[in-house]
Amino acid sequence: MLTEPRLTWNVIADVRQLFDFPFMVNALRAGTIVAVLAAVIGWFMVVRRQTFAGHTLALIGFPGAAAATLLGVGVLYGFFAFCAAGALVIALVPRSGSTRFSEESAVIGTVQAVALGAGFLFVTLYHGNLNGLSALLFGSYLGVTGTQVTTLLIVAACGTLFIAIVGRPLLFASVDPSTASANGVPVTLLAVGFLVVLGLTAAEVSQITGALLVFALLVLPAATAQALSTRPGRGIAIAVGVSVAITWLGLGVAYYTPYPIGFWVTTFAFVAYVGSLGGRQIVRTVHR
Amino acid sequence: MTTAIELDQVYVRLGGHNAVCDATLVVDPGEFVAILGPNGAGKTTLLKAILGLLPVAEGGLTVFGHPPRHSDVRVAYLPQRRNFDPGVRIRGSDLVRLGLDGHRWGFPLPFLDRRTGAAQRVRDAIERVGASSYADRPIGEMSGGEQQRLLIAQALVRRPTLLLLDEPLDSLDLPNQAAVAALIDDVRREGSITVLLVAHDVNPILQYLDGVIYMAGGHAICGSPADVITSETLSNLYGTPIEVLRASDGRLVVVGHPEPPAVHSDRHEHAH
Repeated sequence: MLTEPRLTWNVIADVRQLFDFPFMVNALRAGTIVAVLAAVIGWFMVVRRQTFAGHTLALIGFPGAAAATLLGVGVLYGFFAFCAAGALVIALVPRSGSTRFSEESAVIGTVQAVALGAGFLFVTLYHGNLNGLSALLFGSYLGVTGTQVTTLLIVAACGTLFIAIVGRPLLFASVDPSTASANGVPVTLLAVGFLVVLGLTAAEVSQITGALLVFALLVLPAATAQALSTRPGRGIAIAVGVSVAITWLGLGVAYYTPYPIGFWVTTFAFVAYVGSLGGRQIVRTVHR
Repeated sequence: MTTAIELDQVYVRLGGHNAVCDATLVVDPGEFVAILGPNGAGKTTLLKAILGLLPVAEGGLTVFGHPPRHSDVRVAYLPQRRNFDPGVRIRGSDLVRLGLDGHRWGFPLPFLDRRTGAAQRVRDAIERVGASSYADRPIGEMSGGEQQRLLIAQALVRRPTLLLLDEPLDSLDLPNQAAVAALIDDVRREGSITVLLVAHDVNPILQYLDGVIYMAGGHAICGSPADVITSETLSNLYGTPIEVLRASDGRLVVVGHPEPPAVHSDRHEHAH
């Protein structure tokens, strides 16, 4: 067995080497689960223009994780509990009809500020080591356990099932809420449900990319897909493909280099997005 | 024969005050009727009551002889609309499709489509409004007139017998206003659909109208355009002198409209 990563010219041997370590196998499993969920939920988040909410929900995970560490509970549960609670707060703060969106931003901004402040307090109380802090914020793929993979899988399955059941009315409510409501779509209920699922998704993505870099998997694959296709089914399929590919690439490259996974996943996601915009521009020029 | 819409001394309360006040009116099947009046007069509230989205506080309201039901498939509704943002990357045809089955649970999967007639119904509705050439483009990249045609297709795809439109001509330039008004009239004649349309300016639709409902401060009067849009009737309705002038081309100009200025800012928000 190898003791340290060594890149050879034999690609098959390199890939096989990744699977020699149980921690790498767990990281790949967790990464794949997270990537699929992030792409599906992210696609709807981008259509619904709730990226600010998504970002805030991810940041709320940080005090959750810090509080869990302080209490000696699993970090993952801290993420889930805080993200879901934060989603409910954002969804249920009452606001009046026409100024809904500006007020929503104010509520989200407030929640975000309070959450970050609390997170910093918890970290200080723990006298936490800085390694743990940077993993919470910028991601790490080390030390994912089999139990965590199972938990991630269950939550991801629930999130995907939610979309499978409400996907069509959710799309209607996202692009055309007033007509959807007149046609009998429970617009408000769907909005609350989606925010909670978005919160859980942000918590899952944080496990790989850290709380600050969730957009690498939540926004960029979805934005890439939207640039490439205007069809919902095809768009989500592209998003999943991009998301899984950049996660695998990120994990593989992070294993062989001393640089952190958050950086690699973000970089590959960015390359995919810029590539899709460029591709769209070329297609347009050719069509003219 | 049952009436399409019948209101008998209807009151609708909105936030503690009467948004619709003692409204009595009848719309017969197949008629094209406009709801006119200044902002805040209760036009949209009246539409929402007919849709069953708002409860009637007092009086009797029937739609085809029955109390209004929320999400009745025979009633199609075009809400008052801002244009779609240029960033909305959903195809026009998908939006029309959502009008047909968007309220159903599940996820839209393209390969399930071939077995149902749904795709054909969507194509027919798009063809009907003359949008076939651009329906597959993202809705956000279309002009206001193109968007409005697709939204009418979205309403027609459910094959309604009553079409309620809230200011569908508002965001359009004059040639498009005339074209969309003519399209609505065509659709109505062809499908014997009853049309109730909230408008700010009566002129683009005047030649098609069977009746008008003029509203002011929650009160409504209804009748033929020639009876209602007169200096005398409108002066009585508003309780202030109003003059109706007829231009040489037949267009009507209402002078002395009491427009509450506060509501204006509200309208601008919708326009975005």
